[in-house]
Amino acid sequence: MKLYLKIWRQEHRESKGDMVSYEVEGISEQMSFLEMLDLLNERLIKKGERVIEFDHDCREGICGACGMMINGRAHGPLSGTTTCQLHMRSFKDGETVYIEPFRAAAFPVLRDLKIDRSAFDHIIQSGGYVSASTGQAPESNSILIAHDTAEAAFDAAACIGCGACVATCKNSSAALFTSAKISHLVLLPQGKLESADRVIKMVGQMDAEGFGHCSNTEACEVECPQEISVLHIGRMNYEYNKALALRK
Amino acid sequence: MKQTTLIYKLVMATTGLFLCFFLIIHLLGNLQLLSPPELAREQFNWYSHLLSGNILIKIISYVLYLSLIAHAVYALIITRVNIKAQGSKYVYDKRSKVSSWNSRNMGILGTIILIFLIIHFKDYWYVYKFGNLPLDAKGNKDLYTIVITSFQQGWYVILYELSFIALGFHLLHGFFSASRTLGLYHRKYAVAIRVVGWIYSLAITLGFMLIPIYIYFNLNS
Repeated sequence: MKLYLKIWRQEHRESKGDMVSYEVEGISEQMSFLEMLDLLNERLIKKGERVIEFDHDCREGICGACGMMINGRAHGPLSGTTTCQLHMRSFKDGETVYIEPFRAAAFPVLRDLKIDRSAFDHIIQSGGYVSASTGQAPESNSILIAHDTAEAAFDAAACIGCGACVATCKNSSAALFTSAKISHLVLLPQGKLESADRVIKMVGQMDAEGFGHCSNTEACEVECPQEISVLHIGRMNYEYNKALALRK
Repeated sequence: MKQTTLIYKLVMATTGLFLCFFLIIHLLGNLQLLSPPELAREQFNWYSHLLSGNILIKIISYVLYLSLIAHAVYALIITRVNIKAQGSKYVYDKRSKVSSWNSRNMGILGTIILIFLIIHFKDYWYVYKFGNLPLDAKGNKDLYTIVITSFQQGWYVILYELSFIALGFHLLHGFFSASRTLGLYHRKYAVAIRVVGWIYSLAITLGFMLIPIYIYFNLNS
């Protein structure tokens, strides 16, 4: 199949970017979206042009590295999918496809489709951990955790930090990302101990990074590749309000 | 301490919910306008007089003014932060496919409501408090006549109806959104609050919409 691509090209962080048109022929329906970009890049190399730079790593939907706006939607037209798991059969022959980087003040574009997501790392560094020496793996029944609780914590922990929630949010809010981390840790006995301190620190860091407010439009849940529930945002707010009320 | 995004939202949620509560009382009071004309005049004027004289109501009314102002001011602050957080705009944007229109446009809906409120305060609240009103048979200020007269004008009825529709959409998102901000995360109650929000928004919107229409078509003098 043949596609007409309009791709965001930007030299570096400070430069002004622009949409550039490309015609790509010989695309197979079995290709992933990233393989389609690889195909285009191979041809650009042969022509001696600079390749289109984009983030990617595992290419099996679990690392969270890839991510771009495809036809105005985070990770493309499908819900619950990363860009690498989006295949060309989701597009029609002869279609025009717009490809842009995720945009947010806290996610500056480094080059083309590549963005700097270290704001997420800073949020994790501010409190997304358990500050106890872990030592050896403990005896598995020494701390009892109900199956449902373990599953709920794991559902929250499934966040791969791709940033689609921020990209699709009209306020560029990182509420879903931050709340998933807070939920994950507060559900488990090891994490619960520091929950008050953690939520204050992580929400503070989220603000310091320049993310916006959560307006509860719930767009993030739709675009999240891991389908993290927006109810985690409710839990984060609950933990935050509780921490505010009970703080000494 | 430093005000965070969540504290801003807490102000929006608590003031918003207080305004939601006020709307119920306001609607119940206004439903007296639907009584037969002579009874309605006496009752409504008596009710208005009661409200303006009671010290408890006075205190609540100051909380109400404060809530209104805080809700509007904080909405402005929040919007400014959000615009800054967005960074550069998307060239091709179809993000609207994954969320409801009213959840994304609470600011626009709120602005319509604010403009409506200015007109509403000027025409009734100001006139009642500072204007020279004729008295009814019982010696109460005759606000009833003012209300009935103003709704003889078609454009005025339309202005009110449109504002109520904006209010309805604002409430539909606002009521549930406030519960999320306050920290309701249990799945069962999150669903319940959605249902309650729907019923509440529908009842308030249709209730308020009924009154001008009723007056316009039934009490045309």
